Amino acid sequence: MDFLGPQEWQAVALSLKVSFWATLLSLPAGIAVALVLARTRFPGHFLLNTLVHLPLVLPPVATGYLLLLTFGRQAPVGGFLSEWFGIVFAFRWTGAALAAAIMAFPLMVRAIRLAIEAVDPKLEEAASTLGASRLRVFATVTLPLITPGVIAGAVLAFAKAMGEFGATITFVSNIPGQTRTLPTAIYTFLQVPGAEGAALRLVAISVAIAMAALLFSEWISRRVAARIGSP
Amino acid sequence: MSVSVSLRHSFADFALDAAFEAPRGVTALFGRSGSGKTTLVNAVAGLLKPDEGRVEIDGETLLDTNKNVALPAHKRRIGYVFQDGRLFPHMSVAANLRYGQRYSDKRGKPQEFDAVVGMLGIGHLLQRSPVSLSGGEKQRVAIGRALLSSPRLLIMDEPLASLDEERKQEILPYLERLRDETGIPLIYVSHSVSEVARLATTVVILRQGRVAACGPAGEIFADPQFAPAFGIREAGSVLDGKITRHHEDGLTEIAVSGGSLLLPELAGEPGASVRVRISAHEVMLALKPPQDISALNVLPVTVTQLKYGDGPGVLVQLQCGTDRLLARITRRSAQALALAEGAQCHAILKSVSVAQESVWRQSRAFSESGFSG
Repeated sequence: MDFLGPQEWQAVALSLKVSFWATLLSLPAGIAVALVLARTRFPGHFLLNTLVHLPLVLPPVATGYLLLLTFGRQAPVGGFLSEWFGIVFAFRWTGAALAAAIMAFPLMVRAIRLAIEAVDPKLEEAASTLGASRLRVFATVTLPLITPGVIAGAVLAFAKAMGEFGATITFVSNIPGQTRTLPTAIYTFLQVPGAEGAALRLVAISVAIAMAALLFSEWISRRVAARIGSP
Repeated sequence: MSVSVSLRHSFADFALDAAFEAPRGVTALFGRSGSGKTTLVNAVAGLLKPDEGRVEIDGETLLDTNKNVALPAHKRRIGYVFQDGRLFPHMSVAANLRYGQRYSDKRGKPQEFDAVVGMLGIGHLLQRSPVSLSGGEKQRVAIGRALLSSPRLLIMDEPLASLDEERKQEILPYLERLRDETGIPLIYVSHSVSEVARLATTVVILRQGRVAACGPAGEIFADPQFAPAFGIREAGSVLDGKITRHHEDGLTEIAVSGGSLLLPELAGEPGASVRVRISAHEVMLALKPPQDISALNVLPVTVTQLKYGDGPGVLVQLQCGTDRLLARITRRSAQALALAEGAQCHAILKSVSVAQESVWRQSRAFSESGFSG
């Protein structure tokens, strides 16, 4: 692509990859946590809710540092994962994906939780009287009805992951081709004299991707809403 | 087929303590709103876990809190038609109908899809979305969906309450067919006297969470004790009979156990079974067979019970063949005729006082093997 230099293209591709995996892999957990928060009441409910929302209000640098303390190579969880499963987060693109997923998680959970709370539990009761077990009720009634919310949550999370900066740079640094995502690349170009053009091009790309994501989410939500007949 | 229910459950401001048996046919749970009808059927269906109780269908225990048995709702095989339909908005009508069928393959004989669709007259709706259906169509689809899950018991919780009169009249014949053709016991929750009079084989009257009365519809409706529960203006008996003849002058003759009745023209072949509801205030009493009177129906009856109320009225229960009639007359008339239990007299009924809306067809299959006999 002529419009972008190789370094810039690399940053865009990396960001897309990081955000894609961050969104995809956190989606099941996001649905599960949203279900638990929306449908159950237990002593640790408030704690879980706070924990999920923490990255939203904590300084991203603090989140990044906490990630480093937990998932670094010498850290308890990071050490265990690398020793037993060969999964390394520190200073890898996987770490960038983890940081992005954690930072985007509250947004995803909020959107899905709203959708779950809008589902009429009476429909689920009706399904159970028709012989569907709880798991089948979820798969055939609840999940289809919350699909617009799940899509909205996923797109929000993807957009947030594309823009994640503070936690990423703290946790996995700014390594070209490995952890230099779009925002860190923009930041880096701005530090280099004469690279404002490259920075501006990446900003334009960011705007385009964000708008495309929102348009896509709107379009698919409308399609699903038309099918299930809700506004 | 019989269903046996005994439940106790306490809420903060309300306690349910009810037991009843539901034999073949329609068992109507009748009571005001707040009398515990929905709580009761929800516990039967497994949507609510009662503090204490037992539910059995044909000897199989679905719930027994003493033995710690509580089958989850999806294993009970109880079809439930809710007041608000509760069709799945993200599926077509056909997919809604097939929903229960998917999980019923291994349980009993699956109902024929086409037969149910035909019986409910919903073939033209199959590809539609439930969102686009009228209230009456939605309820018919909901009934079909419940039927197709091969239930061994059907529960309907005020299925007509949210519909206007015209829609109700559209659905009631389907409910009669369901009762008469499928043989699935039906627990029908309602606070409408006319629906209960039309459909019920057995009536259970609920009052403040307790069973105030339980018995065959004919007996409950003709019992003066329970007239206040139905509302004194609505009091009246139900008789089952058969069409014997259509007269040329537009009258239809119906044989009941105590004689024959001439009623305004009815549809139906001679031999067809009908149920007639006779309002208590339309029945006159005479000690001797009246002569030169315009009323066409005079039946010999025996007084079996008198119930004096606070006002000027008296409810008189009458034996008429094997059936019971209810008459509402004034205290003054009762004294003038010296009516007492065992008195022989004649019940007089004007043909035109029985509205066509108070006579309902019953399919033969049901009434011949039926329960009211």
